[in-house]
Amino acid sequence: MYKAGVTLTAIGLMGLSMTAVSQDEERHITLASTTSTENSGLFDAIIPQFTEATDIAVRVVAVGTGQAFEIARRGDADSLLVHDTAGEERFVEEGYGTERADVMYNDFVLIGPGDDPAGIADAESADEAFAAIAEAEAPFASRGDDSGTNRAELRLWEAAGVEPGGEWYRELGSGMGPTLNTAAGMDAYVMADRATWVAFDNPQNLELLFEGDEGLFNQYGSLLIDPERHPHLKHDLAEQWHEWLLSDEGQQAIADFEVNGEQLFFPNAAN
Amino acid sequence: MNDMTAPLLDDIPTLLLEGAGFMHRGQRLLAPVDLRLAGCRRTLLMGPNGAGKSLLMRLAHGLLPPSQGRVRWQGHVPRQAMVFQRPVLLKRSALANLTYALAVQGTPRTRRRSLAREALERFGLAAVEKRPARVLSGGEQQRLALARAWLLEPEVLFLDEPTSALDPAAIQAVEDAVREFHARGTRILMSCHDLHQARRLADDVLFLHDGRLLEHTPTETFFTAPASPEARAFIRGELVV
Amino acid sequence: MSQDANAFQTALALILSLDPDLLDIVRLSLQVSCSAVLLAALIGLPLGAALALWHFPGHGILVVALNALMGLPPVVAGLCVYLLLSRAGPLGELGLLFTPTAMVVAQVILVLPIIAALTRQQVEELHHEYREQLQSLGLSRLRMIPTLLWDARFGLVTVILAGFGRASAEVGAVMIVGGNIDGVTRVMTTAIVLETSKGDLPLALGLGIVLLGLVALINAGAYLVGESARRRLG
Repeated sequence: MYKAGVTLTAIGLMGLSMTAVSQDEERHITLASTTSTENSGLFDAIIPQFTEATDIAVRVVAVGTGQAFEIARRGDADSLLVHDTAGEERFVEEGYGTERADVMYNDFVLIGPGDDPAGIADAESADEAFAAIAEAEAPFASRGDDSGTNRAELRLWEAAGVEPGGEWYRELGSGMGPTLNTAAGMDAYVMADRATWVAFDNPQNLELLFEGDEGLFNQYGSLLIDPERHPHLKHDLAEQWHEWLLSDEGQQAIADFEVNGEQLFFPNAAN
Repeated sequence: MNDMTAPLLDDIPTLLLEGAGFMHRGQRLLAPVDLRLAGCRRTLLMGPNGAGKSLLMRLAHGLLPPSQGRVRWQGHVPRQAMVFQRPVLLKRSALANLTYALAVQGTPRTRRRSLAREALERFGLAAVEKRPARVLSGGEQQRLALARAWLLEPEVLFLDEPTSALDPAAIQAVEDAVREFHARGTRILMSCHDLHQARRLADDVLFLHDGRLLEHTPTETFFTAPASPEARAFIRGELVV
Repeated sequence: MSQDANAFQTALALILSLDPDLLDIVRLSLQVSCSAVLLAALIGLPLGAALALWHFPGHGILVVALNALMGLPPVVAGLCVYLLLSRAGPLGELGLLFTPTAMVVAQVILVLPIIAALTRQQVEELHHEYREQLQSLGLSRLRMIPTLLWDARFGLVTVILAGFGRASAEVGAVMIVGGNIDGVTRVMTTAIVLETSKGDLPLALGLGIVLLGLVALINAGAYLVGESARRRLG
């Protein structure tokens, strides 16, 4: 019985590792990216085109930008696609990344309850809209998770001369989707990336109230990881993905992606 | 009265208790006992509840180590089996309970079933072979326990008040079984507090009282001329405190 | 109310459509959780039995620790396995992060304490009853283990189902070590989290109903088998 148990355990482990190995035989890279790109459906639209062209599958691990950087720093992802330009440049400076390139942008939008108690719909600028929310002490739901969106939001509060805090400012520590769900539940203002907002199905009373300020610009960048630091990664394949994103073909695929007839990401690679 | 025709085989090892006593949490449950049990006899442990009969039996069988003194066998350590007051049967069929014991003994797989069936037959359990052991009646369960012991071909059989929870017919069956074991050459060490049963079965009697061994005599002597006042009171059926 | 009805409709539609993506997710969920429970049982049953039979210095601490680990938050288990399997971690060489194998490892850590701790309890009770008889038959404690496990089997089925419940319901661990990769490591619970974050609550709830139905089905099967065996063997 004992021996049988040990044998079975061994067989079980072997079977499991064999599944893992056979899966590895498929050519693929692991891409650490953000929830906004995954949730909007962008990857479902563009990755099949890349795979068709190159025979490389892309496995997306969609997390907050902070966690995505951490995954890449530890050598657990072959490539990164995130939206925190300052953080991305630091990642390269610190020697984790070898190259960073602009891929596309979309923008952040300010969402709030339809009756707009802080009156941000008439604001002249993002600064003014943020200041108005603080002035009215209207509930504001912040991601509070060190994501790209969270970092952008904090920069906007700073630009508005507000140090957010107090009863009305709720740090949720959640992804974009859960934050929108919570904001909908408590009629709070919230800043979201346009892609997630457009694809979001549970708005309840929430409406898009303010958009279009250049302060709300949201740039996405693709990064390649230092092969010397993490030699085991699939740098060749990752580079093909990186190049494809920046190529005419990749840029066109991004431009073609629409939700409800609306283009969500705007390619802006430098070439 | 006593069945004295039973074989007295010489090759049964002699059980020796040398100052063997037992303490539990500072309480003396069995005072040091010096005892020598030789020959293929039927020895009955008598005494009121709590006298230490079960304890002495467990020390002799090796289920418990003595806290002082020692228990040993002269000659070789014999094959032993024990039948408990409440039979402990496994959650399987009557037949499987027996084949299990044979498997533990190392009996070859091919012989287990036929041996087990023979034993069931012998103890009148052939009809309940496939029934779960735990739903059998009390008497059937005790017979199954005896059948299991039978298969082990013990040189020494311990029985701890095997009939105290049974009706008269079932008691009769157990007593018959004990005689059968003995006739096959098994030494019997059995506890009970039924005087009639002792008269029917015992060659000699050990009398225990309050954790002390007071007498070890042939059955005749025990009933006709008990040495201790406690034994006299016990035989008269008085409440012994 | 309309949303709840909507969820049931969605669930029904999901099941009836036999959507291949959904089937993949269901298959992977079952594969991961069943493998984890199988491995945890192979380790946990003998371990629990050993803890019931042997008392040694530190035994009490071990039992308390095991009982406490039954409440280990899945996220913490996930994080530990993540750090272990990450390239920068001690087992990084194996390249197991973001694979179903990593998810199985994390779930084994969650399920093992439940199976071991509850097995110890069941076997201890049975051992109390069987000890003298088995000792009389000449069994060493090591050899008692298979007998005790077999005779405790009805109770142990419930123990294993409890383990399966924990494995199939948790999301924190598989999310971190699996990464919720579409078609590779996405299971029922992580799919539910994803759909919730997209705000597609009817689909999320529909998936939840499908998951609950599956777990109920497995439990019902085990119950029926157990009951008929119990009736046969008393």
